[in-house]
Amino acid sequence: MTETPILSLRNLVVEIPTRRDVLRPVDRVSFQIARGEVLGVVGESGAGKSMTGTAVIGLIDPPGHIAGGRVELDGQRIDNLPAEKMRRIRGKRIGMVFQDPLTSLNPLIRIGDQLTETILAHLDVSEAEARRRAVAALEEVGIPAAARRIDSYPHEFSGGMRQRVVIALALAAEPDLVIADEPTTALDVSVQAQIIALLKRLCRERGTAVMLITHDMGVIAEAADRVAVMYAGRLAEIGPVAEVIAHPQHPYTRGLMAATPMATPPGERLNQIPGAMPRLDAIPAGCAFHPRCPVAEAGCRVGDPPRVEECGGRAACWVVAREAGLVRA
Amino acid sequence: MLAFVIRRVFQSLIVLLVVGLVAFSLFRFVGDPVENMLGQERTQQDIDRLRTQLGLDQPFPVQYWRFLKNAAEGNFGVSYRQGRPVTDLLIERAPATLELAFVSGVFALVGGIALGIYTAIRKSGWLAQFVMTASLIGVSLPTFLIGILLIWIFAVELGWLPSFGRGETVAIGWWTTGFLTASGLKALILPSITLGLYQMTLIMRLVRSEMLEVLRQDYIRFARARGLSERAVNFGHALKNTLVPVITVTGLQLGSIIAFAIITETVFQWPGVGLLFINAVQFVDIPVMAAYLMLISFMFVAINLIVDLLYVAIDPRLRVDRAAAAK
Repeated sequence: MTETPILSLRNLVVEIPTRRDVLRPVDRVSFQIARGEVLGVVGESGAGKSMTGTAVIGLIDPPGHIAGGRVELDGQRIDNLPAEKMRRIRGKRIGMVFQDPLTSLNPLIRIGDQLTETILAHLDVSEAEARRRAVAALEEVGIPAAARRIDSYPHEFSGGMRQRVVIALALAAEPDLVIADEPTTALDVSVQAQIIALLKRLCRERGTAVMLITHDMGVIAEAADRVAVMYAGRLAEIGPVAEVIAHPQHPYTRGLMAATPMATPPGERLNQIPGAMPRLDAIPAGCAFHPRCPVAEAGCRVGDPPRVEECGGRAACWVVAREAGLVRA
Repeated sequence: MLAFVIRRVFQSLIVLLVVGLVAFSLFRFVGDPVENMLGQERTQQDIDRLRTQLGLDQPFPVQYWRFLKNAAEGNFGVSYRQGRPVTDLLIERAPATLELAFVSGVFALVGGIALGIYTAIRKSGWLAQFVMTASLIGVSLPTFLIGILLIWIFAVELGWLPSFGRGETVAIGWWTTGFLTASGLKALILPSITLGLYQMTLIMRLVRSEMLEVLRQDYIRFARARGLSERAVNFGHALKNTLVPVITVTGLQLGSIIAFAIITETVFQWPGVGLLFINAVQFVDIPVMAAYLMLISFMFVAINLIVDLLYVAIDPRLRVDRAAAAK
């Protein structure tokens, strides 16, 4: 593993100053994504998944901002780049797919024009060549009769087809990394699997890494190589998908797994984690999960949990660390 | 599409008929034209003769019907005061008003859209804040006051621009234009600003709020995430979406520019149809007033129709909906 990871986050902190205090939707998050790897990021609504993705591509809405840590793309630091340089990276090296394909496309502009403008913004090609590539991109994402459909407006496509167009747009300039922010949440269940399969196939063919943000463990199990579990803006656990699903270490991940229908025998009630995730302005001291944690100890209320690396590389949890003999009791 | 146009034209005709009826019936209450037309030394016989001659002794529906019939042929009768056909008077005066309305319309549209975009993109810059504050003046000051203020500053104090009239005009056929002489152009400046300022601030504030709304949309975020330049995002994407609702309001505003020209023309003694109307009101010159109102409502209706067609041209979604509805 000497290869430089395509994306590396180190202690990333995102802060939003409000009138009363400063919120931290992302708190000291570190992880890496290798070239061509698919990293799933799961968590409840408000866990900081989307904010992490938005921070990587540099599109956090003011007054929110990156307040600490660093983001490295292929070894080069990008979180402090001037706006114009960052713009050149967006689309060209990091693509992004948003949740709702119905609102991601400009309704007044033909999809072909949206594609060619993206290609022309990043690649030094003629307009005719850009159009040819646009048709090819549409064919690749499975739009039938792409050469004819390229002059259609977004409203002439179904939701699933539009998400295919969005994926074609995100991949148009052949980025190294795609951030897919809940790409299937707004879609029909029957279409979801197709879109995930498409995204996975295209990225495997091109060697594109994916940061797949979702709250659907099923999607993760199907598409991701590794998975990062986020809770209250912090990284709770990270590891290969099969291991995390089969042997979750962090109590929160264990709770999540116990709460999925596939882990529950038919006919029985689903398990729940008692309580709810804390609001951003009321994150408890110590481990953010301790008020809901079934195995919490006195120490969990006081100190921040050990970092994932200090804890065997999987979970950020006092109890896990102690059981592994990594910290003194 | 054709069916849509025909339907809209038909609706417009009905609107015109109703406006004509309302306008025509209102004139029965503004006074008796005969009083003004005959001098002090009149006899009852003179009055009766004139009434019969003008058709004023006929019942109201008959008068209105005759008016409509003649109007359809482009004949609006003879001015009571000037004794000339109203159509001739209007044609003579129309170029002045249309040129004034055109220049202030362009001023309002270009200035309003440019400032609206600027204040939306730089929404926290001090210059944008200043423009926003200053625009309140444009919205709240009445037109005649702005006109008088401008006359005071630029004509009386500085002496740069004329305070009244059209300056020298050049006749091209029946059309007289002020665009071709220096004094004609100078004379246009103050009245155009006066007439267009309110519309400009209105368009500016509308463009600004629409643009801010559009800039919050997902497709703008996505356009940014694709690495398009700020310029492409603002002008290639956001502006087009901003203009859809702006067009309706702007169209109506351009109509009201022609209508509100009355006040500006009075302040600047601009020899246009508005001034003609004001003078006609003083003399209860019913044929002129009726013709003027019909003309204004015709313009309003025509502009509305054009706006509706533009809508369809800009927003592709409407085309499909219409086609689907027609099936």
